[in-house]
Amino acid sequence: MASLSSEGEDWRAWVPLSSRPEFAAVTPLPQDDGPSPVVAIAYRDDFRETMDYFRSLYSSRELSPRSLLLTSLAISFNPANYTVWHFRRQVLEALDADLNDELEFTERVAKGNAKNYQLWHHRRWVAEKLGSDAACGELEFTGKIFCLDAKNYHAWSHRQWVLHALGVWENELDYCTQLLEEDIFNNSAWNQRYFVITKSPLLGGLKAMRDSEVDYAIEAIGTNPENESPWRYLRGLYNDENDGWLNDARVPCACLRVLKAKRNLKFALSTLLDLVCLGFKPNQEIRDAITSLRTSHSGEVGSDSDLAKSICSILGHEDPMRANYWTWRSGRLPQAAEV
Amino acid sequence: MGELAGDKHVKYILCVEKKKDSFESVVMEHLRLNGAYWGLTTLDLLGKLDTVDSNEVVSWILQCQHESGGFGGNIGHDPHLLYTLSAVQVLALFDKLDVLDLNKVTDYIRSLQNEDGSFSGDVWGEVDTRFSYCAICCLAILKRLDLINVEKAVRYIVSCKTLDGGFGCTPGAESHAGQIFCCVGALAITGSLHHVDKDLLGWWLCERQVKSGGLNGRPEKLADVCYSWWVLSSLIMIDRVHWIDKEKLIKFILDCQDTENGGISDRPDDAVDVFHTYFGVAGLSLLEYPGVKAIDPAYALPVDVVNRIFFGRC
Ligand SMILES: [Zn+2]
Repeated sequence: MASLSSEGEDWRAWVPLSSRPEFAAVTPLPQDDGPSPVVAIAYRDDFRETMDYFRSLYSSRELSPRSLLLTSLAISFNPANYTVWHFRRQVLEALDADLNDELEFTERVAKGNAKNYQLWHHRRWVAEKLGSDAACGELEFTGKIFCLDAKNYHAWSHRQWVLHALGVWENELDYCTQLLEEDIFNNSAWNQRYFVITKSPLLGGLKAMRDSEVDYAIEAIGTNPENESPWRYLRGLYNDENDGWLNDARVPCACLRVLKAKRNLKFALSTLLDLVCLGFKPNQEIRDAITSLRTSHSGEVGSDSDLAKSICSILGHEDPMRANYWTWRSGRLPQAAEV
Repeated sequence: MGELAGDKHVKYILCVEKKKDSFESVVMEHLRLNGAYWGLTTLDLLGKLDTVDSNEVVSWILQCQHESGGFGGNIGHDPHLLYTLSAVQVLALFDKLDVLDLNKVTDYIRSLQNEDGSFSGDVWGEVDTRFSYCAICCLAILKRLDLINVEKAVRYIVSCKTLDGGFGCTPGAESHAGQIFCCVGALAITGSLHHVDKDLLGWWLCERQVKSGGLNGRPEKLADVCYSWWVLSSLIMIDRVHWIDKEKLIKFILDCQDTENGGISDRPDDAVDVFHTYFGVAGLSLLEYPGVKAIDPAYALPVDVVNRIFFGRC
């Protein structure tokens, strides 16, 4: 489509639409803001002109190459204008346009507008039409976005759709590992990892993956015990399976290692608290570690007679911003937790 | 700690409405109805809604309605649930819901529910739990929730629950405070909060408070004033708001004010906009800041407006 070449147009060399031959017969149509506008709109000249011409072609629903060009121009000014995108899809359908060009177009728009809802919705529409041919390209496309922002919510949502709808799961767990090597704090990548191990038809599901994933999460915890994501991931591996959670000796061991290092204790302590509340009986080593923390944090040694209460009180000191939360936890400990 | 510069914010909003030649107003053309909701709700929370001519606003809103029954973001724009909700909310602010052709609007909303209970935002079919909230909140305000399959709508939202107790945009998506507000709000409105693991979600939400006192929307992200609304409203709906440090959050929001020209920004020293001004003031409202009217955490409308809708005149 030759008309698309002007999307890379140099704006300093803007040719007014009124002087372009292909728009000679179009009467521009200004935005109607009602009789007495709630919000008066003023436009930059080139933007206003583009939108006036767009409105004109849109109101007559002219599905033509020059309409496609206008939507490109309008999108380059304001990619958030959803009406323009809607019209563009109608034009693309009517012209039976080559949608591979459209992939290129959206990729250009994505540079600098990667958090735009319309862009992603449009990309999805194109990929859906192209079907499985688009699968690998879509994974690559989201990969490029993640190089710039590895937590882009839209891109993750798009990628999950691609995996689900187009079934290209082969390398996804490795991809998660790669992203987590780059940034172990990337919660989006942890979420994607959970998505893969629970949903990929190739891996056998959560139960089959649990054992190795517990190791993976615990290793991540070992290097950064302050990292919220692997702790929640670890708990998620035993979602709704408290028996398994209580009986996996690797979990309290991981907590103990953090306690002994005496730094970044919050998630290790809260995990132990969770376990104790469910009936876990900590060994002497863990009890000693907690006791030693208690004495270093509160002046009144022995004021907390039970372990879970001690944990809550240490957490209240460790995490003063959420002191009320830890006090609340302390106030609703089950009888069984009074070990 | 500074104080809320309420009068300045009122001036700022009234001035944005009339501002010429600003790029902000140009890029907002298509979502002017959202802008009207943010601005007008802020004015109402600050007790200054009467400075606006309601008849003008109402007649403009009606011109944004499409023949399908849905509302576009401005005159001549395509209809979408996002703007339909804003239209209904603004009409509710002005006590003008009776200007609506009820069947027309509700038919539009009903037509967007999918087989699995989810909602599309418009005829183009994008699915997101945000749209579930828009549909449910709208229909509840219009007292026509019976028109959709609420049970399926709830089931879909519950299927978007994540391992940390939060919710994402679709099943399997990451927890995000904005999506959590939408899901918890929709569950609250439909009386389905028993599906929420309140303790787990409450802890995740209060972990969003960072050293500066502000709230972020996901782990390891920057604090932002708009999350004061999304996180706080969710915490209130599940009755866990006392788990955060309110004083520190109030200070963070107040630090994001432009005390000279009015308006609130996403974080201290950034440029202000209407969106963050609304979320900042709404956040302070949830924190019971003096001089700000109370806002309802589920309907995102002043409490007196919600009472008027459901309990007659106040
Ligand atoms: Zn924000």
